[in-house]
Amino acid sequence: MIDEIQKNLLREVADLDNLPVGAYNIRANGKSESRATTANIDIVTKEDGKGIDIYIKPFTKKESLHIPVIISESGLTEVVYNDFHIGEGADVVIIAGCGIHNCGTQKSAHDGVHSFYLEKNARVRYVEKHYGDGDGMGENIMNPTTVVELAEGAYMEMETTQIKGIDSTSRKTTAKVAEGATLIVKEKIMTHGKQFAETDFTVDLYGENSHTNVISRSVAKDTSRQIFRSNILGNAKCHGHTECDAIIMDDATVSAIPEITANHIDASLIHEAAIGKIAGEQLAKLMTLGLDEKEAEEQIISGFLK
Amino acid sequence: MLELQNISFSAETENGTKEILKDISLKVDERFVAITGPNGGGKSTLAKVIAGLITPTEGRIILDGDDITDLSITERARRGVSFAFQQPVRFKGITVQDLITIAAGRKIGVSEACEYLSEVGLCARDYINREVNASLSGGELKRIEIATVLARGTKLSVFDEPEAGIDLWSFNNLIKVFENMHEKKGGSILIISHQERILNIADKIIVIAGGHLKQIGTKEEILPELLSASGGIACRTLSEKVV
Repeated sequence: MIDEIQKNLLREVADLDNLPVGAYNIRANGKSESRATTANIDIVTKEDGKGIDIYIKPFTKKESLHIPVIISESGLTEVVYNDFHIGEGADVVIIAGCGIHNCGTQKSAHDGVHSFYLEKNARVRYVEKHYGDGDGMGENIMNPTTVVELAEGAYMEMETTQIKGIDSTSRKTTAKVAEGATLIVKEKIMTHGKQFAETDFTVDLYGENSHTNVISRSVAKDTSRQIFRSNILGNAKCHGHTECDAIIMDDATVSAIPEITANHIDASLIHEAAIGKIAGEQLAKLMTLGLDEKEAEEQIISGFLK
Repeated sequence: MLELQNISFSAETENGTKEILKDISLKVDERFVAITGPNGGGKSTLAKVIAGLITPTEGRIILDGDDITDLSITERARRGVSFAFQQPVRFKGITVQDLITIAAGRKIGVSEACEYLSEVGLCARDYINREVNASLSGGELKRIEIATVLARGTKLSVFDEPEAGIDLWSFNNLIKVFENMHEKKGGSILIISHQERILNIADKIIVIAGGHLKQIGTKEEILPELLSASGGIACRTLSEKVV
């Protein structure tokens, strides 16, 4: 049975108050808690028990899949492999997310490896939220790896959010994009306290007219540290754009290392990176509207990460 | 009523201390008060002193009998001072609806926010969900800036060159916005402007040049001299420049 702490985690990572509609697999404290499949979406446990295979039939439309992971036992460390096989022409929304509530003294860690295989012209919107809380001294650690393979004409949009409570994260994403396929990544990160967050994107645009846009927005507070790396490889006639935009506050440290490599004469690649504190005139403007400095700062940050 | 008593402001520059405002005293109690004068004369600095963005080196600011000189921007805003920036500030992620809601200081519906936008000549449904960022043109931002002041509806509204950048929008509409604003909310509207047609609706005109208060009076007293080609302050040239 799911308890109150776990319910709260589910709300934070998947906006779920009840069991979701459609296919789902809820993993709690290292075990599958509940699962539902549909006529078009099948979920199969891997033989070694360390993850699931998800099969979405070709031309499945307007269906969603929820796969939240919640950990409320202090000291639990797990590595999970989830493979998503999306059939030709399918169009689905996948909502993942991981919430850790650690009130003990040992570190809790969830390392998820998600692999997406999109067949021809398949479309996926993948939403992933990471959240941690707990009043103990134990650390919350998440190291997600995402592997994306897009076949001809496929489209994937990946929205990842980590706003609160994750002490250490190292996110690695690698993608291969075929002819006419598109990968959009929107990342939002806020770190505070002594947290550390590192993200690393490598996108191989190998098909003609392939396209990617990797956008990262982050806020680093207190003494937290962030590193953003992205490498877009233009190996065909393609368009690639990467952009990271960070607000630095207090005594935080932010590094942005965007890299673009063109191996083809018709590869068109752009990178942009900006790091800066909140502009004084932005605070002043909101203060002339009646907000105090703290409220103005909160408005600017929440807008920036919206 | 707003009263400035002996306001001076100096700033440190590479070439030593520069006096930007020198001993300015004036009162704003009328419907429309216009401040005009050449560029670099200290007009915008004076507006920022009133809104609290700049602390004067000397002098006092009195609002309805209370000394507000040492109050923060926020406290002044809460006491009824609004300020429309000459160059509106951009925000990533904050929408027009967000900004107008913050300005109104309460939860307002889309239809109310749209009313303020319509008043400044923007087709509301095209703008309400847009971010107040670099995708908006200077003129669009300027009108949104004016809409935020409308949404606040305070007893003192200060506009720093509201006409700049909105040249395609007729000045009649801008003037109508000010008139409606006064009709609905009362209070005083202080406008920094180079535009003859805006000066024309002023009950009082203040001329600031070289950091000094040069002249103060009704438009009948001030305008003829300003507009005469040989006048000490070349206002006609200035208005040609901004149009």
